[in-house]
Amino acid sequence: MKRWLPFEWIAATRFLLDGKLQTLFIMVGISIGVGVIVFMSAMLTGLQANFIKRVLTSSAHIQILPPDQLARPQRNGLGETEDAIVQRPSQRLVSIDQWQKIRNQLETMPEIATVAPTASGSALAMRGDASRAITLTGVEPETYFNVVRIPDYIVDGQARLLSDDILIGIELAKDLGANLGDKLNVTTSTSGARVLTIVGLLDFGNKGANARNAYVSLRTAQSLLGMIGGVATLDLSVKDIYAADNIADHIQSSNDVIADSWIRTNAQFFTAIHAQNLTNMLIRLFVGLSVAFGIAAVLVVSVIQRSRDIGILRAMGTSRGQIMRLFLIQGGLLGFFGSLVGSAIGGFALIYWHATARQADGSELFPLIVDYQLFVWTAVLATFTGLLAAMAPALRAAKLDPVVAIRG
Amino acid sequence: MANSILDLNHINKVYNLGEPSEVAVLHDINLSITKGEFVAIIGPSGSGKSTLLNIIGLLDRPTSGQLRINGTDTKGLEDAELTRLRGHTIGFVFQYHYLISAFTALENVMMPLLVDHGFPTDKAEQRAVELIERVGLTKVGHNRSNNMSGGQQQRVAIARALAMNPDILLADEPTGNLDTESTKSIFSLMREVNRTNGTSILLITHNMDLAQQCDRIIKVVDGRIVVEQ
Ligand SMILES: Nc1ncnc2c1ncn2[C@@H]1O[C@H](COP(=O)(O)OP(=O)(O)OP(=O)(O)O)[C@@H](O)[C@H]1O
Ligand SMILES: [Mg+2]
Repeated sequence: MKRWLPFEWIAATRFLLDGKLQTLFIMVGISIGVGVIVFMSAMLTGLQANFIKRVLTSSAHIQILPPDQLARPQRNGLGETEDAIVQRPSQRLVSIDQWQKIRNQLETMPEIATVAPTASGSALAMRGDASRAITLTGVEPETYFNVVRIPDYIVDGQARLLSDDILIGIELAKDLGANLGDKLNVTTSTSGARVLTIVGLLDFGNKGANARNAYVSLRTAQSLLGMIGGVATLDLSVKDIYAADNIADHIQSSNDVIADSWIRTNAQFFTAIHAQNLTNMLIRLFVGLSVAFGIAAVLVVSVIQRSRDIGILRAMGTSRGQIMRLFLIQGGLLGFFGSLVGSAIGGFALIYWHATARQADGSELFPLIVDYQLFVWTAVLATFTGLLAAMAPALRAAKLDPVVAIRG
Repeated sequence: MANSILDLNHINKVYNLGEPSEVAVLHDINLSITKGEFVAIIGPSGSGKSTLLNIIGLLDRPTSGQLRINGTDTKGLEDAELTRLRGHTIGFVFQYHYLISAFTALENVMMPLLVDHGFPTDKAEQRAVELIERVGLTKVGHNRSNNMSGGQQQRVAIARALAMNPDILLADEPTGNLDTESTKSIFSLMREVNRTNGTSILLITHNMDLAQQCDRIIKVVDGRIVVEQ
């Protein structure tokens, strides 16, 4: 007997080890339950964190746009309409009204990290015989690169934007037969053309984006798109990404602009996350409940089996409290060790799944995020569940009348 | 009664009081045991011997009457206090030895000390080794109880009952399940404990031979003490 172990712990471990098969079976049950919870939680966390990371490094947290242009019905006089049917107007490229003022105002807001003005529109990129329609975005590198991490997507060349530089997607480069350092002819429908040098190639991990997106300096885009001095959007990054919605509402209500948060832009994703989390919670709850009832069932049987032991222990001066603790500890130990084995099972399943489930090109579906906190919390919760489940059996054991228990 | 270790005054026991199944088991028991006395309790089956012993051993409470152990009135004591008093002054031996099978013989003997102290100590282990030696089981001390004969198990149970060096040893048919040889040796072990430790012993038995060898015989019939000799 270990000198430092209290009586209740010694007896609890002995009782558990003595009932080998029972202990083994319930341990397997607990481990499977905990393993499922660990596996599922880690997978969902990884999936969601990965998606959020992708969204947040490839688009603005909040994007500010000029208000929609509306067509007003022509009227002859009061209440008299010339033409009842009003066509939707096509949206011309217009600048955000007084964007400098709005920018200055936004930059003073402490919850906003970066304000990056952009000018974007469509253009035609030509090289030799080949031409492709592109989405041209003019940005200030010093601000915009803090909102969308363009340098992270550079696969060749550098993320530099002088007035004659252009960054293009790898697919576009392939389509145009262009390489780093080659010159491109970029024209727009509104005003003229520029010859730009490819200084960097980008891979967004998305074929469409790689075939269309091109970045130039803000001034170059302004002149190409015919909006000198104007900007099409203000792209913001904020400090607390989950506050983006509120901040966007606040901006929209105090300016004549439209402010879209990433949360609203990805509303479907959030609905999905919500549903996922709810399902996950329900599964955890029910797995936890069945584990708890499993532990309780095993301990109830154990109390009945050991009622003579309990009786004799009481006869030799063991208090009700000691008997109670003796069974509570058994529940706690089952929960704790079950969670250790279960965490190991869940962890190995995650590693195995991560190693085998791959995208078509062999790269990982998403990075494995195994937070040690998940294991700590699982162990704490499982131990607590074990204690709670042991409550009723322990009370029953403590209340056992020693005379009845001994008489059998 | 300065020398008495146990005093029972007008003890009554009624089971299921107030219910249709009400049974009066003990009627007005008056009894006093002196220190170091070895008393046999005999009587027909169902006469209330075990009930009496359980009340004396603080496992059960009398319905009415007074029970004094070592001069302490047990009436107003809480469950926790009774448990403590029981652990410190009374040792039990039952017909079915009731060793805890998850532990070895030595550990079973050590158990009352462990329960009392809360932790295992060298002293407790030392005492268990001595007691196991005293009951002549040094060789099988590390066996689990289910690897021992009935007589050996009962010896371990006696060693366990002596662990706390109790004033009173209560034995409810300890030899009821044993052959003649084992019965003899168990009884002489108890006699020896009684002589050397001065432990008072109450022994329930159906064996008149054994009863005759005790200091005093109390006969219980229908919940009453009918003969004391
Ligand atoms: N918890 C109880 N509820 C109701 N009746 C009980 C209870 N315990 C014992 N009795 C009854 O009390 C009576 C005395 O029982 P007890 O066990 O004291 O007899 P005993 O003299 O020890 O008999 P034996 O020699 O067979 O062991 C019996 O009739 C028994 O049925
Ligand atoms: Mg009896």
